Amino acid sequence: MRTLRFLLQKEFRQIFRDPSILRIIFVIPIVQLLVLPWAADYEIKDIRLSIVDRDHSSYSRQLISKITASGYFKLHRYTISYEQALLDMENDEADLILEIPARFETDLVKLNEAGLFMAINAINGVKANIGGAYLRIILQDYNQEVRMKWIQLPRFSPELTIQVTNANWYNPHMNYKFFMVPGILVILLTMVGANLAALNIVKEKEIGTIEQINVTPIRKYHFILGKLIPFWVLGLLVLTIGLLIARVAYGIIPLGSLFVIFGFAAVYLLAVLGLGLLISTFTSNQQQAMLISFFMMMIFILLGGLYTSIESMPVWAQLITKINPVAYFIEVMRMVVLKGSGFADILPQMLTILLFAIVVNGWAVYNYKKRS
Amino acid sequence: MKQFLSFVKKEFFHILRDRQTMFILLGMPIVQIIIFGFALTNEVKNARIAVLDNAKDVATLSLTQELEASRYFEIDNYLHSYNDVEAVFRKGKIKLVVIFPQRFNQDLLHLNKAQVQLVADASDPNVANTLTNYARAIIMDYQDRITQGRKLPYTINTEMRMLYNPQLKGSYSMVPGVMAMVLMLVCTMMTAITIVKEKELGTMEIMLVSPVRPLKIIVAKAIPYLILSIVNISSILLLSVFVLEVPINGSLALLVFESILFTLTCLAFGLLISSTTDSQQTAMFISLTGMFLPTIMLSGFMFPIENMPFPLRMLSNAVPAKWYYSIVRSVMIKGVGLASVWKETLILTGMMIFLLILSTRKFKIRLA
Repeated sequence: MRTLRFLLQKEFRQIFRDPSILRIIFVIPIVQLLVLPWAADYEIKDIRLSIVDRDHSSYSRQLISKITASGYFKLHRYTISYEQALLDMENDEADLILEIPARFETDLVKLNEAGLFMAINAINGVKANIGGAYLRIILQDYNQEVRMKWIQLPRFSPELTIQVTNANWYNPHMNYKFFMVPGILVILLTMVGANLAALNIVKEKEIGTIEQINVTPIRKYHFILGKLIPFWVLGLLVLTIGLLIARVAYGIIPLGSLFVIFGFAAVYLLAVLGLGLLISTFTSNQQQAMLISFFMMMIFILLGGLYTSIESMPVWAQLITKINPVAYFIEVMRMVVLKGSGFADILPQMLTILLFAIVVNGWAVYNYKKRS
Repeated sequence: MKQFLSFVKKEFFHILRDRQTMFILLGMPIVQIIIFGFALTNEVKNARIAVLDNAKDVATLSLTQELEASRYFEIDNYLHSYNDVEAVFRKGKIKLVVIFPQRFNQDLLHLNKAQVQLVADASDPNVANTLTNYARAIIMDYQDRITQGRKLPYTINTEMRMLYNPQLKGSYSMVPGVMAMVLMLVCTMMTAITIVKEKELGTMEIMLVSPVRPLKIIVAKAIPYLILSIVNISSILLLSVFVLEVPINGSLALLVFESILFTLTCLAFGLLISSTTDSQQTAMFISLTGMFLPTIMLSGFMFPIENMPFPLRMLSNAVPAKWYYSIVRSVMIKGVGLASVWKETLILTGMMIFLLILSTRKFKIRLA
């Protein structure tokens, strides 16, 4: 126990002596947490629309003003040439083209039927789908209005309709920051923790100080614990600051108990730091350690479900997420912060991470050899 | 000139000697393109949903079947009471609950009107919104089918065409983004440590006493990495076309030219980091951890730039990956020529020259 205390003293001193490390631990996460969530707005709005109007009738004008009044669309160009509209799309200035053919009004009134043509930039398939759906709903509404004008209500038997109402639970205002901030916090915590831990032992190897430790009677697990605990404490500190920022800057107050968040984070940090230490025992210089830990982090983070949902991934990628601690923490964080889940709800995730932590740390202790 | 060539040769030796690192630098992009190209998609499919059917009649059963049959949904659970809704959401797997009221079919037939309620777990607003829209579309289709035969007067028919990507493949928008991200991170990191490593090892002194000018030292350091990057560009393009099946609709020569321009910009950025830092650890932290999230979030491939607040939109203009992403999308998928991307090309060129000049300026010819 006394050995451990001295080791801890040494590690803490080493960390606090180097101002650039401290800056990395605190400043980068705080700045990114303050800036990046503002960028994460997925909502599809302000779709840029080029309208080709060959009819120039009162109907086409009504239709256009109805579309622009909806708030989803921004009229980029009003023209009579389809080529011009297509050029807009090629230059990335328009997302959607609506063509109103000549005789639109006449056909609608006289022939009871008229056509419209819509072309969508579908490179981003999801955006195209939703943009097209918005415009179709507006067109249907407009169609309904035209019918109402020409047919007296009583004579017109009401159409058969299925009314769809929808409710958005846990985030009724569809605020993307509620969704992103907990996830970004997890990622920053992970990057700082794993990278620093990965660099730590390997640095002692590079400088040569590891020899000095190897000749002392310090036990292997003492050494690993001595490396682990300081970063664990710092990690929890970063989490606390992060949650404070979430509260002050974004007004996010966890629905669930803080106790659950910190309980899970404590176990999670053990797992992530253990992973970093494991990398550290395998590699021989800082550059390699950094490359490998960054490579793993990138996979863990991008496949962690923060940006794209895990269910949509191919099966083999979903299997990777089963051993991805980041995915578990992001999931738990969102459950606790947004839905108020308790310990009972997150128990499976908790046990998985605990197992992960035990395996990784055990491996790191085993792999650290006092002989070179 | 001879002097310069011998410097380039020296840098080549440095790279070729460290086989392990070279292997990582060439192999990493390949693995990343394959993993992320397949796994990252903004489509939502196979989402698990639950159904609370209070009616259990013909209409609700066939609607449930339609939902199940679509590739977007997988029915995971049938609930029995409204109180179960909260419970399944808290467990976290179910994204959407479809609720049919009692007497659904009767209402539909006799009153011509019936209600369906969709309750989404909006803790992920994007998924919630997309799923609600998909479910709505399926229900609308069903409604259209049962009202067929009744021809309504004054009908507007809309024909819709999806340009550039008629099958709505998610990879068409994600793969160019992954290309930009991987090239940016790998190329920046490659040069970020070259100068600082010489500082750490002490070999910098030898270079400084030689008559070579800073600009030459910097350019000589960039050239071998440029060749490595060209190898990376080729492997990335080959993988994108043959493994990820994203076509190159425009000119290949233009695409390669733009890619080289982009890597040059990244290499210059790495050199700037390298000449301003004094330890490898700091240089790597800045080029990897510092660049990673901003590159992903501000280049426009994950989140639409037009939705960002004004200061961030301005900031995103400073991210080279944003311009490259837009170029790749235009050239690869839309198949347009230089006439449509000259602005982006000019901006990237400007950035590269600026970064190169700045890193030469910051390059200190005296030791601290």
